[in-house]
Amino acid sequence: MRDGEPLIRWDWIGDHIGELADYTGVHLRLGLLPVLFGLIISVPLGILCHRWRWIYPPTLTAANVLYSIPSLALFMIFVRYTGLTERTVMIPLTLYTLSVLIPNVVDGLASVPEPVRQAATAMGFSTVRRVVQVELPIAVPVVVAGVRVAAVSSISLVAVGQLIGQGGLGYYITRGLQLDFPTPIITATVLIMLLALVTDALLVLAQRLLTPWARGKGATA
Amino acid sequence: MIRFDAVSKNYPNGTTAVDELSLELAEGGITVLVGPSGCGKTTTLRMVNRMVEPTAGTVSLRGQDIREIAAPELRRGIGYVIQHAGLFPHRTVLDNIATVPLLLGWGKKKARSRAAELLELVGLPSSMAKRYPYQLSGGQQQRVGVARALGADPPVLLMDEPFSAVDPIVRGELQAEFIRLQKELHKTIVFVTHDIDEAIKLGDHIAVLRTGGKLAQFDTPERLLAHPADDFVADFVGQDRGIRRLSFVKAADLPLRDGLVLPADSPVARARAADEPWVLVVDGDRRPLGWAAVADLPSGGTLADAALTPLGHTFSLAGDSARAALDAALLSPSRLAVGVDPQGAVVGVADAYELSAAMTGDGTAVDAAAEEGTAEEPTPGDAAVEEGTAEEATAGDAVTAKDAVSKVTVVKGETDGGSGDDVDGTGAGGDGR
Amino acid sequence: MNDFLNQIELVGDWLTSSQQWSGDDGIPHRLSEHLTYSGISLVFATLIGLTFGLLVGHTGRGAFAVASVANLARAIPTFGLVVLVVTVAGLSTTPVLVALVALAVPPILINTFEGVRGVDPDTRDAARGMGMTGWEVLLKVEVPMALPLILLGLRVAAIQVVATATVAAYPGLGGLGRFIVDGLARNNYELVIGGSAVVVMLALVVQAVFTALRRLVVSPGLQPSATKS
Repeated sequence: MRDGEPLIRWDWIGDHIGELADYTGVHLRLGLLPVLFGLIISVPLGILCHRWRWIYPPTLTAANVLYSIPSLALFMIFVRYTGLTERTVMIPLTLYTLSVLIPNVVDGLASVPEPVRQAATAMGFSTVRRVVQVELPIAVPVVVAGVRVAAVSSISLVAVGQLIGQGGLGYYITRGLQLDFPTPIITATVLIMLLALVTDALLVLAQRLLTPWARGKGATA
Repeated sequence: MIRFDAVSKNYPNGTTAVDELSLELAEGGITVLVGPSGCGKTTTLRMVNRMVEPTAGTVSLRGQDIREIAAPELRRGIGYVIQHAGLFPHRTVLDNIATVPLLLGWGKKKARSRAAELLELVGLPSSMAKRYPYQLSGGQQQRVGVARALGADPPVLLMDEPFSAVDPIVRGELQAEFIRLQKELHKTIVFVTHDIDEAIKLGDHIAVLRTGGKLAQFDTPERLLAHPADDFVADFVGQDRGIRRLSFVKAADLPLRDGLVLPADSPVARARAADEPWVLVVDGDRRPLGWAAVADLPSGGTLADAALTPLGHTFSLAGDSARAALDAALLSPSRLAVGVDPQGAVVGVADAYELSAAMTGDGTAVDAAAEEGTAEEPTPGDAAVEEGTAEEATAGDAVTAKDAVSKVTVVKGETDGGSGDDVDGTGAGGDGR
Repeated sequence: MNDFLNQIELVGDWLTSSQQWSGDDGIPHRLSEHLTYSGISLVFATLIGLTFGLLVGHTGRGAFAVASVANLARAIPTFGLVVLVVTVAGLSTTPVLVALVALAVPPILINTFEGVRGVDPDTRDAARGMGMTGWEVLLKVEVPMALPLILLGLRVAAIQVVATATVAAYPGLGGLGRFIVDGLARNNYELVIGGSAVVVMLALVVQAVFTALRRLVVSPGLQPSATKS
């Protein structure tokens, strides 16, 4: 940092409002689409794991191993196949969400009380209908708890994608370093945190609306 | 042994869990604290090992104020069993049982061999020693819980609804086992339950507490059944208390007739001479063979030729209570209960009226004993009962008998819907915690 | 598929060439840098996270604060934090290590706290009722029962530290991330993919270490209820 440079220069933020908004949009897309894709993969996989318990440990181990690989390395491995595109960021981020989402789907299904499951079967629900209309709705609070964790960490990880040129607000982090100028770094970091926290709050709200019967429990699981 | 002196427990939110409780618990006996949810029974129990500190009054153990003893030290000398056993899931059964000995610094080897003894004492095979709690059934976990409480052979045991989380059959087994253990160990036991039947079955003394933590009655089970102090206790003791009282009358003291008991080689004419609808036919050792209906007897010959109706069940004068005798009478084809001695030989028979007449005698006799002085603490159905039977030895005092029956009916009417089990549901673990 | 095999071959060539195995730019030196950063930060984070987690879990006081800190910390972009620290404090190891510690504390803290708090109240009650002191309850009952979650927290923290230490190469620090960042700057794909392979291997080793640790220290009595992680 240059001598005499203040930590933050508010006028810079004022000058870049429009651009910041654009990057924020990109950042959200890069951070949240992987969570959506992660859910699309995790729900059926979680149902399978719940039904056939023996699949669960290897699946979970695989997801955990993927999660343990640092993002920077994983991005580089995908560059070879998908180039310096948004996909190269989103595929690894999708893979990361699995280690949180799969266990939460399984736990959510396990949280369905056995009497409820049996009552549904006794009333003549087919297996598929029972899962979709009874078990999944009851599992929602636990699944949403997982989605919250996945979304927050996904949003914060997007910035690393800037090293292959696709980092949303991460752009300002590398830019600030190159210019030895902290304002954009702080701005981007704070914005990313805000995005994560607001997303988290919206998910809590969405869950309350989706599952009025579960108010007060499950939300912090 | 354990003494409560005007003990109260109030919580900052204004609730009173225990209100000015004074109680003295005898050494070597089982005192049951019973009452509905929120009556402070668990709080009372937990004040003995300082898991809850009273806001007023003193609890003393063998004359010493327990506040003078450091809580951990006090607790290591008092066994503690709780509803769901509270076993340590990360320790094997053996190590669970060895917990207190290890806390007392016994050394691993000694603690483990003691634990192995206890495992056997509570009726679990030694193959269970290496298992973890999740591998045990609820009943087995509860046995381990009892064994763990006995770890350092403490003179006092506190048991907080220890058998209420298991199914009725297992509960029955555990209760029987518990009674057997206590006969061997003579611990001073404080036992909390919401189940009045359990209280009556296990308690030498019962303290009935009412909501708000007030003592409603402290008495022996038979006195509690015979003389509930007020409507609350009568209600709580519930329906059937007339019948339940019979559990405290020994069958040995019942009046029996033997005129109807005839050996199989007796002539039929002798049966007719008895002038009763049924006679009991026995073999040479007086073992019962069956009932013969006099009206259906052949005109001549011996009873050996008669068609016999099976007995139903008999009662033993040695071990059974009057309740079993009455049950036998009600189920018998002749409406007569057959009393047998330990060898199975018939002593005599009696019908329900005769039996209940004797029981009325018991009631008055217990009253008399009680008025003489409560300090005596009569043990279940002893001297008092004998007096009663002496008075009522002659059968056929129909008036007294009918009175007894009508008494029971009245109690039933009064307490309709107030049975103890309903007052305190299964989920009631929360009083004052 | 062919391409994948090519990639493996590329990594193999890079890994086996002798120049990677000596000097300041060699794998051993970078690996030891990486392990030093990660190890030091993890040790400090464990001390802090475990202490507060056990304290709050045991006493029940400060639970809300712990939950809030953990939630907030998850939202911090590690990349931004590390770059910011270097920009503001200059390129030296200590400030970056402080940042790594700050990132690693929350998962340890929250999982330790949840693990201790999650101990069945009946079990805790029984422990006290048998005459265990507060310390004995903590060390003989709460910690052993919380171990699966404590280890989970440590594993998440370790993974995060290893990953962030990789990213820390971008603003100029050493460690395995150097291969990737330098490779990107020089357009040397071999270097990028070779470095990534080493990072992946390290991550797998970390994962394996925690799996082994779990088998070793968690009581078999707790296994059935703790199928997670």
